[in-house]
Amino acid sequence: MQHEIIIAGFGGQGVLSMGKILAYSGLMEGKEVSWFPSYGPEQRGGTANVTVILSDDRISSPVLNEYDIAIVLNQPSLEKFEKTVKAGGVLIYDGYGITQKPTRKDIRIFEIDAMNIATQEGNAKAFNMIVLGGMLKITPMVKIESVMAGLKKSLPERHHKLLPMNEKAILRGMELIREVQ
Amino acid sequence: MMDTIDIIKPENKVYGKPRLMNDNAMHYCPGCSHGVVHKLIAEVIDEMGMAEQTIGIAPVGCAVFAYNYLDIDWIEAAHGRAPAVATAAKRLNPGKMVFSYQGDGDLAAIGTAETIHACNRGENIVIVFINNAIYGMTGGQMAPTTLIDMKTSTCPYGRNVALNGYPLKISDLLAQLEGTYLVTRETVHTAPATKKAKKMLRKAFENSMAGKGTSIVEFVSTCASGWKMTPDQANKWMMENMVPMYPLGIIKDK
Amino acid sequence: MAEEIKLMKGNEAIAHAAIRYGADGYFGYPITPQSEIMETLMDEKPWETTGMIVLQAESEVAAINMVYGGAACGKRVMTSSSSPGISLKQEGISYMAGAELPGLIVNIMRGGPGLGTIQPSQADYFQTVKGGGHGDYRLITLAPASVQEMADHVALGFDLSFKYNNPAMILADGVIGQMMEKVVLPEQRPRKTEEEIRREQPWATLGRPESRGRNVITSLELDSSIMEHNNIRFQEKYKKIEENEVLYEEIECDDIDYLIVAFGSAARISQKAIQLAKEEGIKVGLFRPITLWPYPSKILNTYKDKVKGILSVELNAGQMVEDVKLAVECKVLVEHFGRLGGIVPTPQEVLNALKEKLIR
Repeated sequence: MQHEIIIAGFGGQGVLSMGKILAYSGLMEGKEVSWFPSYGPEQRGGTANVTVILSDDRISSPVLNEYDIAIVLNQPSLEKFEKTVKAGGVLIYDGYGITQKPTRKDIRIFEIDAMNIATQEGNAKAFNMIVLGGMLKITPMVKIESVMAGLKKSLPERHHKLLPMNEKAILRGMELIREVQ
Repeated sequence: MMDTIDIIKPENKVYGKPRLMNDNAMHYCPGCSHGVVHKLIAEVIDEMGMAEQTIGIAPVGCAVFAYNYLDIDWIEAAHGRAPAVATAAKRLNPGKMVFSYQGDGDLAAIGTAETIHACNRGENIVIVFINNAIYGMTGGQMAPTTLIDMKTSTCPYGRNVALNGYPLKISDLLAQLEGTYLVTRETVHTAPATKKAKKMLRKAFENSMAGKGTSIVEFVSTCASGWKMTPDQANKWMMENMVPMYPLGIIKDK
Repeated sequence: MAEEIKLMKGNEAIAHAAIRYGADGYFGYPITPQSEIMETLMDEKPWETTGMIVLQAESEVAAINMVYGGAACGKRVMTSSSSPGISLKQEGISYMAGAELPGLIVNIMRGGPGLGTIQPSQADYFQTVKGGGHGDYRLITLAPASVQEMADHVALGFDLSFKYNNPAMILADGVIGQMMEKVVLPEQRPRKTEEEIRREQPWATLGRPESRGRNVITSLELDSSIMEHNNIRFQEKYKKIEENEVLYEEIECDDIDYLIVAFGSAARISQKAIQLAKEEGIKVGLFRPITLWPYPSKILNTYKDKVKGILSVELNAGQMVEDVKLAVECKVLVEHFGRLGGIVPTPQEVLNALKEKLIR
């Protein structure tokens, strides 16, 4: 089994770290993982994306042309990656800032109102964990315990006090995600 | 009057070649300052008992073959890079005594960045700087320290400020850096000057082993061949022309 | 103790592997996409544990000359950079080759020429395996294709460079440097003591004891007859390396009609492409040179009778393809496919190129 995921959005939205946490979660379950980011000035304000692959077998290419799941968090990313979702695959977007909704008919499309809810609930920093929770609801490729173990592993010890807040965000994301099509 | 036979008796010896200098015939021209400075370094290292713990960094330029004359371990650096090479040699071997030996082109032109940054980091090394205002090895071209109106093969009508800028007083510049501990300018054209220079060299080497930072001993030097003079004329010319531009004495001693 | 599996970037793996190898020093200068190497080393503070020195130099030129100085003392020293910075290091690399000094240089390639881009590229193949610096010399060149190999090649590179007293380079690119994968780091090895270095590298300049003459590390020899002799000695050494140190990987190369030859990140992408090709019934294998110099020409030569065509997939305009053609003596169709200037091709693009250029 192999999960091929692209996560894309503005730099600063936690796109790369969401991918990292997902990769760590896979690591916790003994899966093969790869995490390949766009890098450079894109990280600061422009669009950023990361390709994450979780697999039971050795991973060949860390660079892909189509994905099982695309998580897009801004309009440019939606335009760039909607067409790269495999037929029958999953597209997840946050409606915040999306002016032109996805149009494909051969994929499953989900919306998650993570940005608004995170801001309303005073938890803007956990925005990406809400989105991650949403994705795990649809495709439970790793257990939540693994995500938490992965988080613990990837976060410096001084940030471990943030773990419960992150877990809450994942659960909140699972409630929030809804199928559009 | 002593007989020849008496003169060569050890108890009558008043002067000897330093132990660390070998018998290789020097390639330096008659009247060149390099030989004397080599001798002083050899004496200081030996007198400090550091012969087995010293690493010399040779430059590109006339002193490229310094490693042929002093029986210590040597690394021959690329042009201008001696301070970088010395940096690594010292950092990786903090107990060793490390010095670079560089000319004006090497230290103050192509290697300016390496020189300034090694000094600014306060590397615990000694930089021996031979300033003769000319590129000797390559045949007498203009150096960063060439005097205004001084003729060389690449400024045959004299150094022109509009074209070539000013003589670079690099030691004064280096003295401004926090990392330098001792910066001094010496000559070896007379016995008293040589004696004084040796004292400063000893101080510089001791500083490096005491971890005080970078010590620079500049030698205002002659290049009789490059200047197209006899050794005697060269010494005279040096004192009359070089020294006013590059005044002798301690520039900085923390 | 069970080996601990970690998740890290290729660049980070190099830093950790260097510490664990027992390296004595790293000298670098920041440049994207490889700055994590020095950042990781500075963060790890190995000078407090193994005694490894880490220093940010004033330039790439200074850094490689620090490597030269450290290597002259028989120390395990390294530097890293990316393409424009590696161009600056060529001076020191040539001097190291000329002075027969070991040392490790890492190039995390980005697109050029000039300042170019910061995105991944393999356009420094020629520079690395055909020269780079001046003079008749060769650089041992390793091409890791995974984060694990990034870690493993640190030890391999150091070992080979010390075996032959010749600089070695890890030639990777922004994909391998920036991606995270699982990695098992090697066990911590102690750094060599001065006594060990004096014994194993008797040429090292660590101070001259009375028992031997002076050691001089230099690449200079003004007498051409001696310099020719030195060069002949280098060439004999290079021949020995070519005979003994070739490394490569053959992936699904039994019973095939076509062969893709690719190294590093291009090999990873091509591996996916051959999976896609198999789904379409195309019989294609992947040949991955691990040492780019010495190049696995002999083994590649055997494919000239086994396949109908070879595609050299590179992140450049066609560099390694020349060595592939030489290896098969142009007796089989050899084509090149590459994307330029920092664009990384997708597996589908590689498959399309295979079909267009070889199968038609």
